[in-house]
Amino acid sequence: MTAAPDATATSPLMEVRDLKMHFPVQRGLLRRTVGHVRAADDLTFDVFEGETLGLVGESGCGKTTTGRMLTRILKPTGGSIRYRLENGTTEDIAEYEGAALKRFQRDIRMIFQDPFSSLNPRLRVLDIVGQSLRAHGIASGRKLEERVEQLLQEVGLRPEYIRRYPHAFSGGERQRIGIARALALNPRLIVADEAVSALDVSVQAQTLNLMNRLKARFNLTYVFVAHDLSVVEYICDRVAVMYVGRMAEIGPREAVFTRPLHPYTEALMSAVPQPDPRLRGASARRRLKGEVADPANPPAGCYFHPRCVHATDLCRTEMPAFRNLGQGRSVACHHAETLNLQGALQPRNTP
Amino acid sequence: MSETPLIELEGLRTHFFTDEGVVKALDGVTFSVPRGRTLCVVGESGCGKSVTGRSILQIVDRPGRIVEGRILYHPTPHETIDITALRPMSRQMRTIRGGEIGMIFQEPMTSLGPIQTIGKQISETIRIHKGVSKAEARNQTIEWLARVGIPRPETRLGAYPFELSGGMRQRVMIALGLCCRPKLLIADEPTTALDVTTQAVILDLIRELQEEMDMAVMFITHDLGVVAQIADDVVVMYLGRVAERAGVETIFDAPRHPYTRALMRSIPRLGGSREPLEAIRGMVPHPFRRPSGCSFHPRCPEVIAGRCESLDPDLREFGDGSQVRCLLYGSQTEAQQ
Repeated sequence: MTAAPDATATSPLMEVRDLKMHFPVQRGLLRRTVGHVRAADDLTFDVFEGETLGLVGESGCGKTTTGRMLTRILKPTGGSIRYRLENGTTEDIAEYEGAALKRFQRDIRMIFQDPFSSLNPRLRVLDIVGQSLRAHGIASGRKLEERVEQLLQEVGLRPEYIRRYPHAFSGGERQRIGIARALALNPRLIVADEAVSALDVSVQAQTLNLMNRLKARFNLTYVFVAHDLSVVEYICDRVAVMYVGRMAEIGPREAVFTRPLHPYTEALMSAVPQPDPRLRGASARRRLKGEVADPANPPAGCYFHPRCVHATDLCRTEMPAFRNLGQGRSVACHHAETLNLQGALQPRNTP
Repeated sequence: MSETPLIELEGLRTHFFTDEGVVKALDGVTFSVPRGRTLCVVGESGCGKSVTGRSILQIVDRPGRIVEGRILYHPTPHETIDITALRPMSRQMRTIRGGEIGMIFQEPMTSLGPIQTIGKQISETIRIHKGVSKAEARNQTIEWLARVGIPRPETRLGAYPFELSGGMRQRVMIALGLCCRPKLLIADEPTTALDVTTQAVILDLIRELQEEMDMAVMFITHDLGVVAQIADDVVVMYLGRVAERAGVETIFDAPRHPYTRALMRSIPRLGGSREPLEAIRGMVPHPFRRPSGCSFHPRCPEVIAGRCESLDPDLREFGDGSQVRCLLYGSQTEAQQ
């Protein structure tokens, strides 16, 4: 297993700064813009080479939008994504268009959530997996077939399957096809958007093992978007928690799970149903009240304050900055230093 | 355990007659639902857990139908109604469905009527089953909406399902399932589409209402975390049959069936090791390619060569009331009769 990267020693593969994605809200006959949904706002974080960074939060928190900006399926409306190329130079890919974008998209691929809707039912496995190889002019004909066969073997499928259509495969096999497609161009970074959420537990375990194996084999970096915190805790080196389009907290996995710094992280963790009947009801005291804020019309101050049990007047008026507290941890909470929050894991020194 | 259970399933077979062949969704399901407790039915997709719930309510979609077996419903310990003997649309079945046995489905958006207000849907259910006046039904509706945690319920009566968030819709669904104070609530993956934070609130709510109303809950889920949080008893299903049934502690601490054990090992646990997960090999077989003998044998880590491929194990009962269908525990019959 890879150790959590030392934040100071290695330079990041990706430096995301003040990244924004504001979708316009249009009304009326003239489609006038009456406001913006701040799907992602002022995101600042790094992605280190060889790590698995987990991106967690409730639905609508912007984690999928963030993943799509990193792969540049979406063009951010502000901020920068500085990406370190293999030759060591760094480029801002947030503004890329056309050929430059296409070249970069070979490096960063995506695995999607739903293995049933993410594969075109009219294409054969050969075409699904080989599409990007063709589009980038890398292989065709017999060479393409060989490459696709080899990719299928890498993900544990039989190479004879290349002429089959997606309907002939189970959910777990389809997700493997999706993974083979992501691997086709020898990417450096893979954004996995809820890649195992739709799978049965036994197949989920196989897929997680496969992803870990491929990561080691091809020296991959993962951004793992998920809502299942047990899965995130298992596979990730670092965890970023998002709330209503903003970064609540980021830090090394064990630190965040043992001693979260943001009250939202604590609440999220207390809600995870743990597969142990003895822990039943242990966390019921920290249930979140109320609903997630509307990203088109967020509350003043800290977005989390209406649901936060620790909120003060400061939280109601002033938005907390996303601050670096050292040891690789950053948090957007005015009271992070004084709150003593409880994570999903017990600290090591107490039984 | 000697008390008469609320529901007894005996050798239930529900088959789907498709153009390609017969899918044996339930292939001899036998278990009982005790009164006033929570029974979780778990298993992977295709194991028949949802069809079990739908069979009890006689709402199996075509081309499926119950071909064999009995569903004995005991409204009181001394009464017995065989649900399979009732016509699905008969008056008695309609009284039971929604009235004595409530239900919550996974996707509230498709299970709630889209063109009726939530107030109308709930109050109509109350009026049909309880025969109360319109005004009384309205009052009870408001009470139920408040009970399931919908703020300002009087103002929400006129809301349509699309105007509510996923969590709110699921609460409406729960209110609808509970509004006639059923003896049994069948909840089919009611929290799967929800965020963990909302899920936690909904699970608390179901648990609280169950205690208060002394209602039995049959909770269908694939999430072992949820099972650990709410179950009293657990039924593990595999390919249309019960693999194991036991109390929740036994299922988590000392599961007997190799499938249950394998499931337990395959889930990542908070604070667990980062070694590769112990996945179950292979995958759930296609319904037309059901393996011979014990249907789990091709994936079973404890398979007994020469026996499990050909012998179909019986459901064997243990002293503590647990049941296991596995040759490791003896008792078998020849597969082909």
